[in-house]
Amino acid sequence: MRLLRWLIALALIGGGVFWVLTRPAPVPPEYASLTGDAERGALVFAVAGCASCHIAPGAEPSDAPVLAGGERFVSDFGTFLAPNISPSSQGIGDWTDAEIMHAVAAGVSPGGAHYYPAFPYTSYHFAEPQDLADLVAHLRTLPPSDVESLPHEIGFPVTIRRGIGLWKMLYLSEDWTVAGAADAQIERGRYLVEGLGHCAECHTPRDALGGLDRSAWMAGAPNPSGEGRVPAITPGELGWSAADIAYYLETGFTPDFDVAGGDMADVVLNTGKLPPEDREAIAAYLVALP
Amino acid sequence: MIRSPLTLMTAAALALLGPLAVSAQDEEALQRAIDARQAHMQLYAHNLGILGGMARGNIPYDAAMASAAAADLGHLTRVSQQAYWPEGSDIMMEGSNALPAIWENLDDVFAKSGDLVEAVAAMEAVAGDGLEAVQGQMQALGGACVACHRDYQQEN
Ligand code: HEC
Ligand code: HEC
Ligand code: HEC
Repeated sequence: MRLLRWLIALALIGGGVFWVLTRPAPVPPEYASLTGDAERGALVFAVAGCASCHIAPGAEPSDAPVLAGGERFVSDFGTFLAPNISPSSQGIGDWTDAEIMHAVAAGVSPGGAHYYPAFPYTSYHFAEPQDLADLVAHLRTLPPSDVESLPHEIGFPVTIRRGIGLWKMLYLSEDWTVAGAADAQIERGRYLVEGLGHCAECHTPRDALGGLDRSAWMAGAPNPSGEGRVPAITPGELGWSAADIAYYLETGFTPDFDVAGGDMADVVLNTGKLPPEDREAIAAYLVALP
Repeated sequence: MIRSPLTLMTAAALALLGPLAVSAQDEEALQRAIDARQAHMQLYAHNLGILGGMARGNIPYDAAMASAAAADLGHLTRVSQQAYWPEGSDIMMEGSNALPAIWENLDDVFAKSGDLVEAVAAMEAVAGDGLEAVQGQMQALGGACVACHRDYQQEN
């Protein structure tokens, strides 16, 4: 079914138009003029959770992780494998800063190909250029790995990266999901949750084409990593105070002193490194959700 | 590793009982083990509720109460868990969230239990020294719980 829909979409749009519409965005020229701060970048790296996906399967979280890749992400469209993004020639060692920033924020490779959205660039898209520059400076301080990146296990037509250009037209939005932020704290929270923290990538359900269903923002979703569900974190469903949420993001303890597990364990180990104001901002954004 | 003679004796006794319980493949025995370890985990949560309640400012700091809760956590980490984890008592059983990976990585599970023993000992050492001291240990303690749940407990 899904395959058919994709093929029809490809067929409807005539070859030339398709080529123009799906052209990857160029690298923003301002990227080249920025200088990154690796120390600030460590916090961007933490909240963005890059290591949760890019360390080798079974590796433990650490402050200087080896981003060798190899983790598998099973989806309706096939299985995607996280590549090596360590600073080596097998990873991003030979890329320019601007190329790395563009990959993260636009999902475009140095060669001008689209990345699959299993790499959550639809969220990272909101990242400030300076945060991206700091992130790259930090990536370059991490240990290198010579492990070769493995190919994805996907079939035609998903293999046509150019088709992702169409997908991006539908789902790579410039607009925040929560349009108005009542104050500066909620605005900061929105930046961290909708942007770098990519919380919706797990907590929001997806539609048939794998895009986030923004009408069910943070309403919980089937767990991509297997059984069970990722819980809803809207105020009505969660029922925690802002202080409860901030404490959970600091220590991993729920209000009942149960502890975060599974994929959320990585998230809280990361948010625990942030300054308290950032955890409070995330909490303020979540309790203000409809 | 701190072990009282009593714990050692219990451990020895359980080591003898353990294999019997498993080979009997007795579902009820597996269920009892699951109930027991979940109750043990709930006792961690209960004592953390006291320390964490103080740390969060929800209940007033009380040195004696904090020390008692930390000491209870200490006792809990010294209880032998051997009989809690018979092979097969995993997510395939009704009501358990324990991942089968536990039995494939026992060394790592022991290492993570060891990390919890250390984090609890650090809390025990300072729990009576004031609110700030307790607050200062909560993240490390939570981290020791989270590290094991990350790999071995299926999310609810
Ligand atoms: C949810 C999992 C996930 C997270 C989180 C994630 N990535 Fe990735 N990343 C992937 C996958 C999957 C790919 C492969 C995409 C493709 O091949 O189209 C990828 C690809 C990449 C690439 C391209 C590598 C290459 O060889 O072409 C870079 C660079 C990258 N990620 C960097 C990052 C950085 C930096 C972060 C944190 C800001 C991050 N990733 C967070 C899953 C993730
Ligand atoms: C990689 C997937 C993933 C990402 C990304 C993620 N979460 Fe979660 N989250 C989960 C899972 C799974 C649980 C359930 C954890 C458990 O049962 O122990 C959870 C639980 C929670 C809970 C507790 C809900 C409850 O009812 O116990 C909160 C609050 C939460 N997440 C907030 C966030 C925030 C804020 C972010 C972004 C900074 C985020 N999550 C990002 C997967 C994720
Ligand atoms: C060495 C691994 C490990 C450590 C350390 C650990 N846990 Fe657990 N915990 C588990 C596993 C595995 C389960 C799932 C057991 C089951 O459902 O069969 C669990 C379950 C729980 C539960 C749910 C119990 C129930 O009623 O279902 C709570 C609450 C809990 N743990 C709290 C904690 C707290 C608090 C800490 C830290 C003081 C902690 N755990 C440390 C492995 C661990």
